[in-house]
Amino acid sequence: MLANIFYFIVFPGFLFTAVIGLLASWVDRKVTARIQWRVGPPWYQNFVDFFKLLGKETIVPKAAKKTGFLLAPLIGLIGVTLVSLILWRMNLEPNISFMGDVIVLIYLCMLPSLAIIIGGSASGNPLAALGASREMKLVLADELPFIIAIFTPLVRIASIRIGSIVLYQQANGMMLTHHLSSFIAFIVAFLCMQAKLTLAPFDIPEAEQEIMAGPFIEYSGPPLAIFKLTRSMMLFTMPVFLITMFLGGLRFEGWSILWSIVKYLLILVLIILVKNTNPRLRIDQSLRFFWLRLFPLALIGFVLALLGL
Amino acid sequence: MSKLWALKKSIWVFHLCSGSCNNCDIEILDCLTPKFDLERFGIILTGSIRHADVILASGAITRKALPRIKRVYEQMPSPKIVIAIGGCACSCGIFAGSYNIVGPFDKVLPVTAYVPGCPPKPEAMIDGVVKVINSL
Repeated sequence: MLANIFYFIVFPGFLFTAVIGLLASWVDRKVTARIQWRVGPPWYQNFVDFFKLLGKETIVPKAAKKTGFLLAPLIGLIGVTLVSLILWRMNLEPNISFMGDVIVLIYLCMLPSLAIIIGGSASGNPLAALGASREMKLVLADELPFIIAIFTPLVRIASIRIGSIVLYQQANGMMLTHHLSSFIAFIVAFLCMQAKLTLAPFDIPEAEQEIMAGPFIEYSGPPLAIFKLTRSMMLFTMPVFLITMFLGGLRFEGWSILWSIVKYLLILVLIILVKNTNPRLRIDQSLRFFWLRLFPLALIGFVLALLGL
Repeated sequence: MSKLWALKKSIWVFHLCSGSCNNCDIEILDCLTPKFDLERFGIILTGSIRHADVILASGAITRKALPRIKRVYEQMPSPKIVIAIGGCACSCGIFAGSYNIVGPFDKVLPVTAYVPGCPPKPEAMIDGVVKVINSL
């Protein structure tokens, strides 16, 4: 019992994910700055931002639904903490994995998006409602290819447990380089992850230049801090999900620590490069992209996996 | 104390134009370009007033803008800081005495710092922000 609480709050759960996530957001800001020939903020910038927002006043607008408005950030935070907890526990001890945990993870990955939708709708602001509706459409768009892409390597090894895919990759090398189906699925899952993180070209819900901050527009102080923290933690958790499924998982024995970090940083920098070199799509364009381009591609990967490639 | 330390290191600014000629606004955006790069001090331009710590106010206040400015200030979460950017915001500039001008910013909102100039250089604005930080 005590060990479980420790897992949830300290090591693979909340504190660990929060610290690494805020550092990952710093890497994001720094690399972005370097791409734009700027200097960029110091490494502790996101921590300072977080503590500053905790000290600000919380304003609940008159038109807002108070409970939904204040509970929404917590839903997202709990969701992303659970995703991180399950992923890390399975990576460190593959044997405790249970049947169908991937399905649980895919559901929990939805929670931060759901929190944004609830919070935006409860804000009582037209721009927030617009952002929430865009987020809803984006979730509808990216969920379909994402689920198929995540299931492709599972179909290939004919098991629906994360533990077995981690063990399989430890024995046979990473899925990405050994199976064509997983290679295709990885590309699809990577682009869907960009949408799940709401980074450009899919930062449609909070498009800063057109609807200010979208669903977050009415948030101030601690709830905003929690939303920002959730986003930072997603930036850490989603790449770890992909690494677990396609890139051989994370291991903490000897030199494989370094290799795990390099894998994560590579994915992170790839995300940042895609973010910085692409303009924002319209919501209908992104829907078309996910359903008409990525969905057939994901299906091809799935069929290849069924054929045993 | 730690609250104040965090505020000094991460100031998010909101850009409030109240009938300015857009010259100061362009110069404010200049501060965020690679040459001056205010993000290295943690200063970010936010789109929503709810996220902001500082209002960068530009322009002499017109009668039409007055109620909006008051509402924007009320919507801001405390602690609140207002910096008047440009000659118009500091003293109405060439519009002083005009029939449709309410007055300089300190008549309406409590202003912490004044950055005069038409428009002020980005260096002057950075200097103003630094003085605000030191006065906190």
